[in-house]
Amino acid sequence: MKTNTKSFLHKAFIAASALAIGAAGFTGCSSVKAEDAGEDEVITLTNVSYDPTRELYEAYNKVFAEHYKELTGRDVEITQSHGGSGKQALEVANGLEADVVTLALEYDVNAVRDAGLIEDGWVSEFPNDSAPYTSTIVFLVRKGNPKEIKDWDDLIKEGVGVITPNPKTSGGARWNYLAAWAYADKLYGGDEAQVKDFIKKLYQNVLVLDSGARGATTSFVENGQGDVLLAWENEAYLSIKDYPDDYEIITPSVSILAQPSVAIVDKVVDKRGTRDAATEYLNFLYSDEAQRIAGDNYYRPSNEAILKEYADTFDLNVNLVTIQQFGGWDEAQTKHFADGGVFDEIYEAK
Amino acid sequence: MRKSSGLVKWLLIGISFLFIFIMLVLPLVTVITEALRQGFGAYKDAIADKYTVKAMLLTLEATLAATAVNTIFGLFAAWLITKFHFRGKKLLGSLIDLPVTVSPIIAGLIFVLTFGRQSPIYPLLESLDIKIVFAVPGIILATVFVTFPFISRELIPVLEAEGTDEEEAAALMGAKGWTIFSKITFPHIKWAFLYGIVLCAARAMGEFGAVSVLSGHLRGKTNTLPLHVEILFNEFKYVPAFAVSSILVMMAVAILIIRSVVEYIGKRESENVH
Amino acid sequence: MKSKNKRIIPGFGLSMGVTLAILSVIVLIPLASLVIFTAQMSLGDIIKTITRDRVLASFEVSFLTALIASLINAVMGVILAWVLVRYDFPLKRLLDGMIELPFALPTAVAGIALTSMTADTGFIGSFFARFGIRIAYTRIGITVALVFIGIPFVVRAVQPVLEKLDPSIEEAAATLGEGRCRTFFRVVFPEIMPAVFTGFGLAFGRCLGEYGSVVFIAGNQPFETEITPLIIMSELQEYDYASATAIALVMLAASFLILFLVNFIQIRNAKILKGGGSGA
Repeated sequence: MKTNTKSFLHKAFIAASALAIGAAGFTGCSSVKAEDAGEDEVITLTNVSYDPTRELYEAYNKVFAEHYKELTGRDVEITQSHGGSGKQALEVANGLEADVVTLALEYDVNAVRDAGLIEDGWVSEFPNDSAPYTSTIVFLVRKGNPKEIKDWDDLIKEGVGVITPNPKTSGGARWNYLAAWAYADKLYGGDEAQVKDFIKKLYQNVLVLDSGARGATTSFVENGQGDVLLAWENEAYLSIKDYPDDYEIITPSVSILAQPSVAIVDKVVDKRGTRDAATEYLNFLYSDEAQRIAGDNYYRPSNEAILKEYADTFDLNVNLVTIQQFGGWDEAQTKHFADGGVFDEIYEAK
Repeated sequence: MRKSSGLVKWLLIGISFLFIFIMLVLPLVTVITEALRQGFGAYKDAIADKYTVKAMLLTLEATLAATAVNTIFGLFAAWLITKFHFRGKKLLGSLIDLPVTVSPIIAGLIFVLTFGRQSPIYPLLESLDIKIVFAVPGIILATVFVTFPFISRELIPVLEAEGTDEEEAAALMGAKGWTIFSKITFPHIKWAFLYGIVLCAARAMGEFGAVSVLSGHLRGKTNTLPLHVEILFNEFKYVPAFAVSSILVMMAVAILIIRSVVEYIGKRESENVH
Repeated sequence: MKSKNKRIIPGFGLSMGVTLAILSVIVLIPLASLVIFTAQMSLGDIIKTITRDRVLASFEVSFLTALIASLINAVMGVILAWVLVRYDFPLKRLLDGMIELPFALPTAVAGIALTSMTADTGFIGSFFARFGIRIAYTRIGITVALVFIGIPFVVRAVQPVLEKLDPSIEEAAATLGEGRCRTFFRVVFPEIMPAVFTGFGLAFGRCLGEYGSVVFIAGNQPFETEITPLIIMSELQEYDYASATAIALVMLAASFLILFLVNFIQIRNAKILKGGGSGA
């Protein structure tokens, strides 16, 4: 009969709708439950971080949970969130409930502060400008270094293909740019016109300007583009770990001290009553144990003594300039990366 | 169109296969070979990971919810646009299509602006302890948004070609709205309807941009499969990323098989009637 | 309301109510907040923002590649729909079943897979590299990615209409001595044209806003391969919501205009069809 023809589709449709409504209802309940649980037994913390810290925090969260249990007798559970540093900051500013942020640069934490979520003076809340571990910018080149790239001035030679992400979309890539600037600044004794010219030549050699660090690594490693990848030291070591026979790391004479910043999101911890746990979470990052975890994940420990233990891994002779030389992040951002800044100038003045 | 068109027929079929092979099969093969680059063991580990499973459940939930909302919307909107004359019809049609053409980033952004901390209604939501952005409701909203016109768009051309004569005749004879719809309209549109649902579900599963802006990437809580893939990529985990992508391909294939089965049963049943 | 007495079919009020309610919550209110946000800028600033050289260049890249990609999809879509509806051949079901796959694959994965295929080390890229053609990291690459994500739109819009179309009309036309091409363009094409336009419009709009797959294959060189959504993303990175929404609004207006045109053509066409062809 005719009804038969339709009944099949009808039933399927009704079943699908019922399922969907059920599913929506189910989530409503489950999210409420999750929040209630946070009050009594298990403390939950959300750590909003940036991309390449997953292994670091995966290892650290385990150690911290044990430490916290020992210290207070309470269980703590940490939810991780990773993504581009600027994007993550933006999301926290827009209402993503993070107890702590561990981002790629101070500027991104400042954006959360500007949204009224973090109190002024957060930089001095923890040791070493609230940067428990640091990194720097190095070159990743193909095995044997066929283009003989030794330092920044080799990057502006003709025929050298450079891969680096776009500093306008990638927080990490701003360190790359500033490291190059620092070198040129030394080379030309601060003559800004010449420095700009150097940076311009450098970016003319850039073959692919990916939107993020991972995209740039993919272009260089998987798709064989370019001769040199400007990368964070920890990321360069990860590539070497995966492909030990294909690449090598060159540390330039001058680079920049990249300080990933950590901070407590005051508004959120006060609302959720998690300030103590969050403070301990960030404090414990400076413990010897945590510092070694950072070192094992190719971040430079901020504790000098422990950094020395990793002298085989890291080139400790590199001359590292800090962001202070650029007048701090707010000034560097306005001068170089904001609309109409130096970076735009390089490309627009064709 | 019998013998004379043989050459044209095979030429067109050849072009179709070549196009689909290069544009579709090759990228998929790339995904699968990358996923299996380190053997089946690594593949299994990647897809049995607890965060992968949680992401899969969330993706299913968002897909179901989005398909349900769009089904209801699609049926009413298609009925409204094709069966009645009213002012502003073109405007309405364009507004329905608009979400597809909105950049996914903007799609995410507008929900953040509407329900996030910048929004005037945020204090109200906060006092009621309702979380929309960076939580599951936001993900569902974004998914509904990006798949918004898919079902209505499948139905409208068919209903348009069909005209309103039959329905009008039935209405004049005193039939009720539901009866007209289920007895007269639905048989005409059922295949288009099915295509619409499949299209909507497939697109909902794979949505990345808008969801990525709204999710907050909380692992095990607000990560959908496409976001999980992105995270794996960003962690230099090339093989697991492709392995998880292949789950999405398989889910899509499953949906497409279900569609074929439904189509087959439906067509056989209707042949039996004749 | 003037034509209320002409509405014989029931359900107008209910349909209108449900449609408008869902439309408001999902589309209208959120889009309104975009407009409100942009309105925080002065008109002069908005114009200055959207007419910066780099922004204008990105409009050119986005529009050009989206247009070419959706034209390719329109032609291929009609061919595919035709082949799937009118011919029987081995593996037809498989071909039919694959059309939606580009939707299910996350765009980022598609972008990465396509890039590794078409980079000059990939197996397709290396073939073209011999003729000095680079695909990945050029506008050609962007177009390839956009073709990929737009495949289902035209096929799935045309297919149902073609299925409803009675082949006997074409056969009649053919027996009356019309050439095959003429038959197609005079008899079939007018019938499927509204659907082609719908599919084209949707594909075009989708391509215009695509981000996930394109950023991987584009190379993102300012003035050369930088797409508008990427510019929006960089504005967001700088926490410059106002500029981001201003540029977004331009794209939105463009998509809306295209869709409105498409709908206009479609409805006009439907009227012609009904007026001229309903007697048959």
